[in-house]
Order: sequence, then C-alpha cells, then structure tokens
Amino acid sequence: MVSAVFHSPLDAAPRAEAPVRHLAKPVAGTPQAAVARPAKAAGFDGSELAQRVVPPVLGLLLLIGVWYLVSVSTGSSIPSPLDTGRQALQIFSDPFYRNGPNDQGVGWNVLMSLQRVAMGFGLAAAVGIPLGFLIGRFGFLSRMFNPLISLLRPVSPLAWLPIGLLVFKGANPAAIWTIFICSIWPMVINTAVGVQRVPQDYMNVARVLNLSEWKIVTKILFPAVLPYMLTGVRLAVGTAWLVIVAAEMLTGGVGIGFWVWDEWNNLNVTNIIVAIFVIGTVGLLLEMALIKLATAFTFEEVKS
Amino acid sequence: MNDAKYIDIQGVAQTFKTKKGLFPALRDIDLTIAKGEFVALIGHSGCGKSTLLNLIAGLTTPTDGVLLCAGREIAGPGPERAVVFQNHSLLPWLTCFENVYLGVERVFGAGAKSTGAKAETKAQLLERTHAALALVGLTHAAQKRPGEISGGMKQRVGIARALAMEPKVLLMDEPFGALDALTRAKLQDELLDIVARTQSTVVMVTHDVDEAVLLSDKIVMMTNGPAATIGEVLKVDLPRPRHRVALAEDPAYLHYRKAVIDFLYTRQAHVEKVA
Repeated sequence: MVSAVFHSPLDAAPRAEAPVRHLAKPVAGTPQAAVARPAKAAGFDGSELAQRVVPPVLGLLLLIGVWYLVSVSTGSSIPSPLDTGRQALQIFSDPFYRNGPNDQGVGWNVLMSLQRVAMGFGLAAAVGIPLGFLIGRFGFLSRMFNPLISLLRPVSPLAWLPIGLLVFKGANPAAIWTIFICSIWPMVINTAVGVQRVPQDYMNVARVLNLSEWKIVTKILFPAVLPYMLTGVRLAVGTAWLVIVAAEMLTGGVGIGFWVWDEWNNLNVTNIIVAIFVIGTVGLLLEMALIKLATAFTFEEVKS
Repeated sequence: MNDAKYIDIQGVAQTFKTKKGLFPALRDIDLTIAKGEFVALIGHSGCGKSTLLNLIAGLTTPTDGVLLCAGREIAGPGPERAVVFQNHSLLPWLTCFENVYLGVERVFGAGAKSTGAKAETKAQLLERTHAALALVGLTHAAQKRPGEISGGMKQRVGIARALAMEPKVLLMDEPFGALDALTRAKLQDELLDIVARTQSTVVMVTHDVDEAVLLSDKIVMMTNGPAATIGEVLKVDLPRPRHRVALAEDPAYLHYRKAVIDFLYTRQAHVEKVA
C-alpha cells in the first residue's frame, strides 16, 4: 500500500545503474537480500545492461536532437547543444567566484537558493508535521482545518509573495515565506492522512497493552505515519524547488532564479539553458535523496 | 472471588449502528467461565463470535447487560485480559523481542506503578521477555522483524506477547485461522502444553470443529446472526493431557465432534446471504 505512493517516473533513473553498484558492494545485510542477489546477478548480462542503459540514453539523444533542430530552425537565437555545452564547461570551471553582489558564480546562486528552500521548508516541516498529527488524531480539528486547507492550498504560491513583502519588508524573508506557505500543505495533508490510516489493529494493540499516550505516539503512530510523512516531505521539497526559481525572479538578490532573470536581461540565452539544466539536476537529486530516505523507513505491511 | 464464575456475562446484547440502521449482532448472552477453563466460541461466520470476544476484551462496550471479570465490571481493555489477534498485529518496525517487551514493560516496568505494584528492574523485564519467547520456541528469532519470519512464527510472537503479560484471561480471536493445517496442528499442541503449564483461563474464537474439541473444556456454540445468541454449551470431558493421534479414534472425542458438527450443519445450517 505504502510503497505505491513512492512510485514515480524517476524510479527508472536510479535503477538503471543499480545492478552495477550491487555487484561491486560486498554482500551484507539481511539473509533475504543475500539470497536475492545471486538470482539478480545470474540474469545480469550484456543484454540486460543494454536494456537498462539504452532507453535513457536514447531519450537524452532525442532531447538533444530536437534541441539541435530548434536551434538550427531559429537561426541560432536558441543556442545549439554544442555551444551550450562549451558555455557550461566554462561556467562550471569556476562556480564560486564573487565579483560584487550581482555577479557571483553559479555555485553561490544554487547554494543561496537551497538555503532559502531549506529555511522555508524547515519552518513548514516544523509547523506542518505536528499540525498534521493533530488534525489526523482529533476529528474536531480535522473538521476545523479542512475547509481552511481546501481554501488556501490551491492558491498560487506567487500570490503570497506580495503579502510576504508587505509583512516582512524584505525580499529574502518574503521568498522564504512563499516557500513556507506552499510547502506546508503537502506535509500537513499527508501526515494527517497517515495518522488517520494507522491500522485499527495497531490501535487495538495499544489499548489492550494500555500504553501511555507517549508510547502510542513514539512506538505506534510515528513509525506508522513516517512513510506518509516522507511522501509529504518529498512533495513539499519538489514544490519548494519549483517555487523558489519563480520567487527569486521577482525578488532579486543572489539565487538561481535571479540568475536566470539576470541572464535574460543580458540576453544571454546560453546561460539560461545552462541554468535550466542546473535547476533540473538539483531537483532530481533532491527527489532521489528523499526517495532513498523514504524506502529506508517503509516497513512491510502486516498481511493477515 | 468466585472461581466458578471468573468471567460472568449477564444478559449482554450488542447492537451496531450502520448506514442501513441498527444491526443487532448479539442478544441475551449469558455465560460463565471458570478460572483455568478453556472455552471455545464456535459458530458460522457473522454469528458474532468475535463481537463477543471484543466485549470480553473490553475493546467494545455492550449495548445492554454486564460483563464481569474476577468480580469487577469490564470497563475497558487492559493487559489482564490479553488478546491474541487473528492477524497477529505485531508492529512491523519493532523486532519480535521489542514487540513482546512493549507489553512486559507496561505491565511489570514503569507502567506497573499505576496499579500499585513495584516496578521491576530492567534485567527482570528483559528476563521475562526472553522467557516468553522461549516458551513459544522463538529465542532464535528474537532480533528479527515480523516481516522476516513466517506466519506461524508471527502468531507465536503474538501469543508470547500476550502470555508475557501474565494475563488473568487469554483471549484468542481465530489465532490459527490464517495458518496452514500442519502449522496449525503444531501450534495447537504447543498451546495445549503452554496452557497446561500456566493454568490460564482461555477464551478462543474458532470455526474449526477439531480445534474446538481438542483444546477446550467447554464449547460455546452460537446460533446464526443477526441477533445471534448462545445455542448450546457442550462440556468436553476428555482427560488431559490430550494427544491428537490418540484422540482420533477415541469414541468420546468422536461423540463431541459429532455433536458440534450436528449443531453447526444440521440445526444451524444456513446459506450465507451476505458474504
């Protein structure tokens, strides 16, 4: 039930290289894993490798091919893959330079954006997860907050930016506020759903053992809800990373979103395309890290 | 305390509110269970066996009537009436040891203070947990998680968790229902052995005639629902210890078996309307 939540197209990407890593790793872990591995290794040959590697490579080639065609047909106003690659090499050769507040390396831009995401997201987690627990545990609070969540959740994150600017009187806190408000909902909702879906059997165990409320939370509720919570966290981080780019375009300063906008003002389209790849890669890495975290905390469901 | 009426159920009825209106599950249940007695509740599915067990456990409260245990009204669930759940209900994120320890700690550890008893030391608690796992023959699996062991082993951990709390009454809801016949027979034998040693009072829900006759002192046969009640109570007067192979041709055993089958399939035969 829970594992289905984590499925995403991205699963294919880590899997593509999984067999290679497994073979290199010394055999450790559970007996089942040890048994499963030889079976995997037996089926691991050239054709399997080709099946795993060829499709993603073809996909990338398709992207580059289309990009190249667009570049040619627009008379290079969209830079070609080759030009972009060269530019990227140059940018990444010195990612951490500083030539004043508006001219900093791509590394600083990414780090600044990540810092804002971390702050906004961290605050959202600190508020959202406990709130989700309360909403899930108490029907009264659930009925009280559900209309509010339904009302506020569909609001575009950027609509919150002016409110943030007004209240906090600064671009940076306003961007953090925007991240906060848009990444809190998936965490509240998923945590609440997780708490509501804790199997009745577990709660019956708690009642028969007469566990204290503290033990119920630490030994039953929290572990049972963790997979749901982590799904919420993953969705929230994804949203936060989407929003930060847009928010920084509006607020300025240092950050990957601002960098895109700055390069647009400089009409440096090559850098914009490099930035798009950087944003995509960072988003992918965040997602993959959280999927790894989530699978580590997903336990086999009880089968009757 | 009246040992002959250790558990005393008087005029209990249970009605559930459903979307289609009130559903009478049980009515007019009168039953007494003596201390150390092994009682099986048997009947067709949907006859309210589990409902009755949940009432004794205190997980639900009756619409009408009273249930007494050791002379006190059953007001809610508690470790003195331990339940072995049908689907074992082990917590998958804890090891077998931790699953058992959870209950032990509550009853004999820090949680014991609420009942006025003295809290035992950590070493004593660990010892109790080890002893319970040894009782069901699972010392080797103590550090495994439920996902890593077989269904029969999980059910044994469930039994160990219940027994470790030294309950006054052991309540079992079709504990072996999900197991294959061979594993079931093995666990039944183990249960016979354990109950003989601990002298526990046991109430077990089952739909297996042989299981009921083999294990019980008293078989409570229930009529079909809705509004099920006790149809007949059969005293099983077979000497203990009982051995399934020897009993297979025992005339008394066959007589009891026939009586239960007769009740279930002749007098209470019914085609289920709702599956």
